Amino acid sequence: MSGVPMEHGLVLASILFALGIAGLICRRNMVFVLMSLEIMLNAAALAFIVGGTAWGQPEGQAMFLLVITLAAAEASVGLALLIQLHHRYKTLDVDAANRMHG
Amino acid sequence: MSLLPLTFLLPLAGTLVLALSRGRLGPRSSAVVGVVSVGLAALVTAWIGWHFVDSGVGGVDMTLWTWLSVGDFRPTIGLRLDGLSLTMIGIITGVGFLIHLFAAWYMQGEAGVTRFFAFMNLFVFSMLLLVLGDNMLLLFLGWEGVGLCSYLLIGYYYWTEANGWAAFKAFIVTRLGDVFLAIGLFLMFRELGTLNIAEILQRAPEVWAEGAWQAQLAALLILGGALGKSAQLPLHTWLADAMAGPTPVSALIHAATMVTAGVYLIARLHGVFELAPGVLYLVGLIGAVTLLLAGFAALAQTDIKRVLAYSTMSQIGYMFLALGVGAYDAAIFHLMMHGFFKALLFLSAGAVIVSCHHEQDMRRLGGLWRRLPLAYAGFVVGGAALAALPLVTAGFYSKDEILWEALAAGHGGLMLAGLIGAFLTSLYTLRLIIGTFHGEMKSDNARHAEPGRGLVHGLPLVVLAVLSTFLGAWIHPPLEAVLPTSPGAGVHGAGHTVLGIVAAATSLVGLGLGAWLFLTRWRWLSERVSTGWAARLWWLWHNAWGFDIAYDRLLVRPYRGLVRLLESDLIDRLLLLAAWLAWGLHRGLSLTQSGKMRYYAATMAAGVTLVLLVLVVSG
Repeated sequence: MSGVPMEHGLVLASILFALGIAGLICRRNMVFVLMSLEIMLNAAALAFIVGGTAWGQPEGQAMFLLVITLAAAEASVGLALLIQLHHRYKTLDVDAANRMHG
Repeated sequence: MSLLPLTFLLPLAGTLVLALSRGRLGPRSSAVVGVVSVGLAALVTAWIGWHFVDSGVGGVDMTLWTWLSVGDFRPTIGLRLDGLSLTMIGIITGVGFLIHLFAAWYMQGEAGVTRFFAFMNLFVFSMLLLVLGDNMLLLFLGWEGVGLCSYLLIGYYYWTEANGWAAFKAFIVTRLGDVFLAIGLFLMFRELGTLNIAEILQRAPEVWAEGAWQAQLAALLILGGALGKSAQLPLHTWLADAMAGPTPVSALIHAATMVTAGVYLIARLHGVFELAPGVLYLVGLIGAVTLLLAGFAALAQTDIKRVLAYSTMSQIGYMFLALGVGAYDAAIFHLMMHGFFKALLFLSAGAVIVSCHHEQDMRRLGGLWRRLPLAYAGFVVGGAALAALPLVTAGFYSKDEILWEALAAGHGGLMLAGLIGAFLTSLYTLRLIIGTFHGEMKSDNARHAEPGRGLVHGLPLVVLAVLSTFLGAWIHPPLEAVLPTSPGAGVHGAGHTVLGIVAAATSLVGLGLGAWLFLTRWRWLSERVSTGWAARLWWLWHNAWGFDIAYDRLLVRPYRGLVRLLESDLIDRLLLLAAWLAWGLHRGLSLTQSGKMRYYAATMAAGVTLVLLVLVVSG
């Protein structure tokens, strides 16, 4: 693994994060919004792994496990919201749920 | 004696039960709670009075607990029972109980009986606190409490707007007096270092020389409070409008008890007034002027309750006159007798009003004596006492004493005013009785009068009627130990007899003239007062010398004009600018709350990017 420079890993993580944020902002289908969130979480997790490998520290992997757990919890809550959204609005468009507008 | 707090705790308990029931109690059980609580208080008072008179001690002090403690200022919740407060609590609970009992009949079928009895019990509680308190602060608490209850009960029929305004007027005018009283309390505390009444009476002569300006000012300020509460000139205008409340309220608050609180206050603080002879004379003078002006005004009223209201002012004028000549015991004696016969008159008026389907204008009553014998008897007995019919009525003894004391103190002018007032009293009393009960029935309401039935209706009238005769005058309030001896006490020379005969003759001549005028010349009189100068005089008297109109022109309208001017002032605009700014910002910010999740995410991402950029560039 030492063959891959740290910068490459970090650039990959940044690209993944940017993709995720772009998907989060641009997508209206909630399934894709959730997927974008997962991508962002994974990008952050990748950054931890890359950092941990580069410095030879185990904390990076510990943080990865934490992020995975978090992502699982987030996915379950997000899917529950998705089901509720579909149940109430008969659509998966997140913009439909805008009753909180000021 | 340890039962003393029960006298006011029982009515308080009644109030709490009624207030906390939140409408779960029906009208009948509300009336029972209201009447029984005051009835028990009356029993306790009778028990205490029996033991107090029996024991022969001058006074009992009872400190329940310290109310506040700020440096030297330690007012207590302390009670003082002596002859004066015993007399007052006797009137309040005794007459109060009879009026509550009558009210149970009067309020049948009215809306909000629970509210009515809750307020009535609260009133009795406050009034008892007022007369039992051993310090001025507790007295002031009761003083404000009765003012509040008066306001609440005048506005009892709040769905009629005029009643609300009448309640406002009573509250604001009496509050004017209360402000004077409060300043008087501050002054006394500053000068004497205490608000305890016994200590005030003890220290005042030590600190102040007779006629010292502080003593004069203190007496004047206390007088201001008393004038407001007791409806004396120039703060008397509220009482006639206060008749908007239910009639038992008028009987209890605006005749028998609350309006006499001013008399009680001056009698209680007689030591301060003795140090200011000029102010004391002013008390008598105000009383004399009020009793005359109110007597004339009572002559020209058509509403039977308003006649009684002006007559109340006039009778309290007698009490002030007595106070002014230093005859405190005569004032308190008249207070008690007035409590009996004026309560009787008001309750009889209440009986007439309910029987005649809430008709209270004399011009639409008449000829009722055959239909409403009990109310008629009440009016005759009460009216005779009011007009001081010689020898057989209570009013004769108390009024005669006042006139004699005035003469004995060397105030011939005040005595003369009292005599003229007695003549006027006879006239308007007969006009009231003849207008209501004799002649022809002038409306369907009178023709279809239904007499009240039952013990609850009859008992209070009968008991009060008995007390209004000479039997009531046998009650001898134990005031010797509390109040200084008056100038005319113990002097029973030929002068007293002559004055008694003159007073009796005045009252009889007034009654005779009234009987002739109103029985045989009623039609001629009513035609006479509708044209020419007589009409103008009638108008003046009917409007009680135009005080209301003058106050409206001089005070109310300028005040409202000022308010209107201030309503659109620059400072207000400046403050409004801040409000406009806040509103604009609110509009701008609320636009950002679109409710769209993606928009929020984008904004957050932009924000994070910005922060990171700043960190990178500056770091």
